[in-house]
This record gives sequence, C-alpha cells and structure tokens, in this order.
Amino acid sequence: MAAALISVPKQAKRGDIIEIKALTSHIMETGYRRTAAGDLVPRDIITSFACRYNGREIFRADLFPAIAANPFFSFFTVANESGKFEFEWIGDNGYSNTASAAITIL
Amino acid sequence: MHHRERTSRRHFIALAGGAAFAGTVQLRPAKATPAMLASAIRNVVGEAPVRVGKVKLDIPPLVENGNTVPMTVSVESPMTEQDHVKSIHVFNEKNPQPNIGNFYLGPWAGRAQVATRIRLADSQKVVAIAQLADGSFWSASADVVVTLAACTEEG
Amino acid sequence: MKRAVIIAMLTLAPVYAGEIAPSERRSGYDFMAADTKAMQDDDTANPGMLWVLDGEALWKQKQGTAGKACADCHGDAAASMKGVAARYPAFDKTLGRPVSLDQRINLCRADHQQAEPLAYESHDLLALNAYVAAQSKGMPIAVGDDPELKPFVEKGHELFMQRQGQLNLACVNCHDDNWEKKLAGSPITQGQPTGYPTYRLEWQTVGSIERRMRGCITGVRAKPYDFGAPELVELELYLMMRARDMAMEAPAVRP
Repeated sequence: MAAALISVPKQAKRGDIIEIKALTSHIMETGYRRTAAGDLVPRDIITSFACRYNGREIFRADLFPAIAANPFFSFFTVANESGKFEFEWIGDNGYSNTASAAITIL
Repeated sequence: MHHRERTSRRHFIALAGGAAFAGTVQLRPAKATPAMLASAIRNVVGEAPVRVGKVKLDIPPLVENGNTVPMTVSVESPMTEQDHVKSIHVFNEKNPQPNIGNFYLGPWAGRAQVATRIRLADSQKVVAIAQLADGSFWSASADVVVTLAACTEEG
Repeated sequence: MKRAVIIAMLTLAPVYAGEIAPSERRSGYDFMAADTKAMQDDDTANPGMLWVLDGEALWKQKQGTAGKACADCHGDAAASMKGVAARYPAFDKTLGRPVSLDQRINLCRADHQQAEPLAYESHDLLALNAYVAAQSKGMPIAVGDDPELKPFVEKGHELFMQRQGQLNLACVNCHDDNWEKKLAGSPITQGQPTGYPTYRLEWQTVGSIERRMRGCITGVRAKPYDFGAPELVELELYLMMRARDMAMEAPAVRP
C-alpha cells in the first residue's frame, strides 16, 4: 500500500497563487506506545516531505511523531510555468514514496 | 409491538460516568515539559528574540480527538525576494517530545500558509514560530483542550 | 394521511415504537466540529479516499486461480456498483441469510475468482469495500426490500434492544433515548450507519461498521461478537433499516 492523493490544479494562469495538497498512507508510529505486554513499539514515521516544481524545491517539511497518521500537507506556490510537480516522502526503515502531477499554464 | 424499557436520565448518567471513567485507563508515556519546549525553541532561534505577532495559528480550541488535530499556520508577509517567510516551526508543550514539524518555504510560495494534522496527547499549548528573510522570529500560540474519548476500543 | 398510508405499505420497514422519527434522524456528521466536517467534505483532504484509491487498483487486479479481476465481471464500478452498498446487508439465497458487503466480496472471491478470503479489517478488504461503497455516495439507503430479510431485521432489532455487559446497557439506551446528550464531553450520536467504511480519527485508519459496533459493545463491558458473526450482520441490517432513505457518506470521517 503506497497510495498518495495529490491535489494540484490542472491549469492555472501565469502568476496565480495555487494551493497544493498532498495526502499519503502512513501509520506514523510514534515510538512511544507500548503493547499490552509492555514492549515499546519501535518508531516508524515519515521524517521528510518535499515538493519540487520543475526540479526546484518549493516546499519541504521535517516531520516528528506528533504529525498525525496518513500525513496531510497543504501549501502554496506561484504558478509560473507549465510542467511537473514532484513529491517525495522519506522515512524510517528505508521508507520512500514518490508521486507527481502536471500543470499547464494558460 | 415491542415493549421498550427506558433508562431513566439519572440511571443513564451514572452508567455513562462509569463508562467514561473506565475508558480512561491507558498507559501514557513521559511528557515533554515547558523546559523542553523552551529548549526546543532555542535550538531553532538561538539567542534571537521571538516577538509575538505576524503569525496566525488556526487550531480548534476544543478538539474532538487528539489523534488528528487540523492546524493551519499563516504569516502576514508580502512574500517578495526581500521580505518573505523562510520557515515555520511548530512546537507543543506536553507531547512526549516538543517538536511537531518544521516547514521551509520561500518567496515563490506567494502565500505564507501551511496546513497539516497533528497529534496532541493532552490539553496543552501549541506554539508556531516563523523566521523571516531578515532573520527575525515571530510567533503565535494557542491553548487547546483535548476532550476525552469515550468508549475507546482499548476500554 | 393517504400518502402516509401508501408509504407505509410500500416499505417493508417495520416501524418500531420509540424509534427516532424520520424528521429527527441525524447523521453522525451533524454532530461533528466544523474542522472534522471539512475533512470529510474535501475528497483531496479526506484520508478515507486513500483506501478508495487502493480499492480502485484492487478492483482491476486479477485475483486467485481463476485469474479474474472484479472488473472482468462487473466492469466499470462507477456504473455497476452505483447504489449497491446502499442495499447491504442483502439476502443471500444460497446461504439463506443476509450477508454484509465484506462477506459478499469474499463470496465473490471464493465463487468467481477462486481466491482466498480477505481477513476482516485487512487493508485490502476495507479498500475494496470503501471503493464499492463510495460509488453510492449521496444515494439514499435502500436496504430491506427483500421480504426474506424480515425475520433478520427482527433479530437485529431485538439485539439493539437487549441490555448487555457489566454496564447493562442496550444500544437503544444511548442511540435512541439519549442521543442529544454527551458522554465524557463527546456527543452521543444516533448511531446511524451512513458512512462506513469510515476514517475514524481515534483509529487513525479506516474501519468497518463491525469494528465500530464491537467498540460500542466493549464500551458497555460486554464480550463483542466475532467479526462476521450473524449477530453483527443482523445488527447492521437493523441499523440500515432504521436509517432508510438517509444519504450514504462512505468514506465518512468521524472523531
């Protein structure tokens, strides 16, 4: 399971400020919980999320265990050229996930 | 035709109180302290002063479940090359660790606003700090009451 | 008056004394804070949509020794599954009893795909169920048209009325009699089953109506029925009858 739900406007006018939303499946296990038997459940979180617009990083986040399961982010950028948004999530235990979305400037 | 035995209000409240009490028995990890919060903030801002203002922290004052609390931070900024928000840092007072998230942006964002969903282990203060292009730090804080979940599965 | 009589004759729904009047029925959505409502309203912010997305992929994936995908028989779910979840639990002639949508999916896997059943509350079963249920979003619940369901609705109603557990509470004591009140700061809802599978903030995942009912039963300190037990299917059937004509919301978001 590695579903990600990305929301980027398909089209925008040059100079528009657009909202980008990214939602991904992840348990975000805090590392502070214990099992019924008393054993600590090891931490398993996404530690970093980044968004690139035609190769240039426009948003980055460091995540801690206090980010809720199935992390959601909304942020903004100025639409200035047609092309591609690329999203990357990196986490514990070698976790890595990517997604992309295209935009056309009218 | 079914005969229905109705619970009296008083009887119901007594039972409900019992259910809620029993539902709160759970292990909680050690909490972060205000001192840990202060030190986490120092790690980001160093010795720079942190002024109150420019930052708006939208978070429900009363949340329905501490596992998933929607939060939006926005900063009053023209978002130009000279005057923009470089980063936003969010902290809490009573989770096991004081950091929630760091968010990095720039003038290309157009609008200095970030939304996410966070976890709050208990009723507590949440602090958002923004660093501007000139190196200054601005902040906002909010007190959040986390209501007790009734009838949780763990019982 | 005449119209009311006709409606009563048209629906097989037995109207039980003390049941919430149709005009007063409220989805759990109505009890939620604005932020939680917003999370459900926006498909790009609703975490339940991640399960729908995975379900869509599974729908098209060949399964079992028959090498068939759901789509190979049912085609485009947007057309073939529209309104289906609004009619579940439904009567299964071979088994002679109602089956839940989860059970229908596994019967399909056994009969047509020759595939192993998916475990209750497994990601794949929840994803497929959420994908099918999402095709009925906004449609009125239409369970119970089959007359053969009647005795099972009766059983479900009896279970709803039956006091149980150390707290000696029946479903009805909270969800019909006290739904306008609060329990430990949280609203007591009417227990309307409009949004399952649901993304529950407490669970931090999507879960089935059976998981929710088991949570309730544990809450009154009774031993919950196993997943898939006839009692849970009958309870779900009664709840869906009780919610007839309310709009389907799956995948809903709940606190």
